[in-house]
Amino acid sequence: MGYQIDYEAMDRILEQLAKDYQIFAPKWDRQKKNVRYGIIRSIAEVVTGRQTDFSIKEAFYPISQVMLYFRADNVEEEELKDPRKILILCRPCDINSIRRLDKIFLENGAPDYFYARLREKVVFALLECRKSFEDCFCVSMQSNITGDYAFALRLDNRDGITAAPILVQVADAAFEEYFAGAEAADFQPEFVTENKKIMHAPEISRADLKEISDLEYWKQFDDRCIGCGGCNTVCGTCSCFDTSDVLYAEGKSDGERRRVWSSCMIPTFTETAGGVRARKTPGANMRFKVFHKFYDFRARFGEDNMCVGCGRCDMRCPKDISFFDTVNGLTEEIRKMKTGGEPESK
Amino acid sequence: MIREEKMEEKKKFENMVNIMQPEPHKILHVVHETQAEFTFRVAYEDETRDGQFFMLSIPKVGEAPISVSGRGDGYVEFTIRKVGRLTQGVFDLQEGSTLFLRGPYGHWWPIEETFAGPEQNLVVISGGTGLAPVRTTLNYFYDHPDQIKSLYLIAGFKDISGVLFNEDREKWAKAEKFRTIYTLDDSDAPGFERGMVTAHIEKIPFDTFGGNYNVAIVGPPPMMHFSALECMKQGVPEDKIWVSFERKMSCAVGKCGHCKINETYVCLEGPVLHYPKAKQLFD
Ligand SMILES: Cc1cc2nc3c(=O)[nH]c(=O)nc-3n(C[C@H](O)[C@H](O)[C@H](O)COP(=O)(O)OP(=O)(O)OC[C@H]3O[C@@H](n4cnc5c(N)ncnc54)[C@H](O)[C@@H]3O)c2cc1C
Ligand code: SF4
Ligand code: SF4
Ligand code: FES
Repeated sequence: MGYQIDYEAMDRILEQLAKDYQIFAPKWDRQKKNVRYGIIRSIAEVVTGRQTDFSIKEAFYPISQVMLYFRADNVEEEELKDPRKILILCRPCDINSIRRLDKIFLENGAPDYFYARLREKVVFALLECRKSFEDCFCVSMQSNITGDYAFALRLDNRDGITAAPILVQVADAAFEEYFAGAEAADFQPEFVTENKKIMHAPEISRADLKEISDLEYWKQFDDRCIGCGGCNTVCGTCSCFDTSDVLYAEGKSDGERRRVWSSCMIPTFTETAGGVRARKTPGANMRFKVFHKFYDFRARFGEDNMCVGCGRCDMRCPKDISFFDTVNGLTEEIRKMKTGGEPESK
Repeated sequence: MIREEKMEEKKKFENMVNIMQPEPHKILHVVHETQAEFTFRVAYEDETRDGQFFMLSIPKVGEAPISVSGRGDGYVEFTIRKVGRLTQGVFDLQEGSTLFLRGPYGHWWPIEETFAGPEQNLVVISGGTGLAPVRTTLNYFYDHPDQIKSLYLIAGFKDISGVLFNEDREKWAKAEKFRTIYTLDDSDAPGFERGMVTAHIEKIPFDTFGGNYNVAIVGPPPMMHFSALECMKQGVPEDKIWVSFERKMSCAVGKCGHCKINETYVCLEGPVLHYPKAKQLFD
């Protein structure tokens, strides 16, 4: 069913929903001065005029997550504090990025308990995304469309509140009750159909992998990339973590084992005891990341590339390294490699 | 996903095990192999396969992957080299202390599938602590000599202070079906040859095996690489070679990403890998 509804009425619905759900949406983080997913109380808090700086994953895969508590001699599993489910207002690329995370956490070996128990609480509400932002290339990555949502919202108040009513499409009948009494309206969400940026994803085959890996191309990053890992942190499809144990205070018996987001771009990612690193240079790390997003994941799980084209890594890089340009540049390098450097035939 | 499916999934989830939860196990016995390598015998009832590993942990200290180096009725053994935080923590424990385990993880040496057989010969090449993950296999064939035609072991150590498993090595050296070469990188000692393991590979009579043999190599990455190359120089086809990889690991269950090489997760598809696959993996 479709509805139209004003902001006050939507807030009353959020209030109802909040009894059963923690509600996340893109909002301003005043301290950090950026836009990220946080708990909202009012629909007016939702920032629609720009992409979020951080991805959606932190709503259920926190930056730092306690797995086990150690109390005296006991090992106890961390218990969930909030019994409510999780409703996330987000864009198609974000919903699609979670499908990628699911592959790693739920299908790569046995399912991950700490991920699964939060993930299974998640319900999406689609924030209609009709107009591409600067850095997006979701259409190339086929992540611009999704049907995985309970209801969809058109919030055309891109810069604050305007008088235009919110349009709603309820896709999951169980959510109809919240909108009972609202004025009916015809609404189907639209999706972005073109971006300014077009990704020509490289066709990498197993047979070519070593040769591509040995390209001079990767060396340029040795001087440019500082290995800060920012690009991984903001990525909705990056899943890697470190685990570490913490003792609450010296001489005390309580502590915890937690996991913290990690990053394949930081120099120590592959370091083992004694300081040996499997990958030694920023160029090698960049190659690893590009392969992961555009070959390894697809080779392992099927048709999709891992990257959803949200463009956040490009927004984030302090050294102005564009992942988009890097991958497109690789496609060109591979073409040259295969044709012996011939210019592209027009 | 529709709601009913979601509910189904929830039910599945309620029975789901927490794969990161370690269980306490008693340390039964500690053997000081060298200054920096101890073997810990730990109470354990379930089955493990040769070449598998566990995540060992001490609450508030950390967790690390360690291979099974021995097993028997009601116990498994770990031979641990002291190199960092967790391994130091384990060295501080004694008989009667508790060690936390989760596992076993990973792919094993294909003993029944490939290595064993009355007509089969096995060549084992190890470097340093790399002898630990093949020790159970060596002892299996020691105890079941009818399962193998001959077993050649080249075990290399840096120097005499790094030599492991004295009792086992002596008994293997005397076993009828075993031929052993123990070697120190560049020093001499009674009972030891001199030189890297690669220098001794040419002594293995591969051409007398009638094609019925396999080679298991385990040790530091360069040692495995050059040993495999040397074997192939001696005419060994690559599909007769098996290696065991060691990578940084934080989870051992395919989630943390640290052990990944190309599309392969060493914790899931390894640590034991068939060489034709292993040689395709690169950083
Ligand atoms: C499959 C496998 C089997 C192994 N079997 C043995 C064995 O039988 N005996 C033995 O002495 N060692 C073995 N190792 C190496 C052992 O895991 C490391 O020496 C150990 O992790 C060091 O931990 P630490 O906390 O003492 O060192 P730190 O330097 O403090 O390391 C911190 C953490 O980094 C990770 N890490 C560091 N080095 C390694 C490494 N080499 N491999 C994997 N993760 C690492 C671990 O999660 C570790 O807890 C094995 C490694 C792997 C991958
Ligand atoms: S790699 Fe960059 S563009 Fe692709 S999903 Fe991650 S952050 Fe978005
Ligand atoms: S954000 Fe930029 S500088 Fe930092 S690791 Fe990524 S590519 Fe390198
Ligand atoms: S050790 Fe974590 S993915 Fe393999």
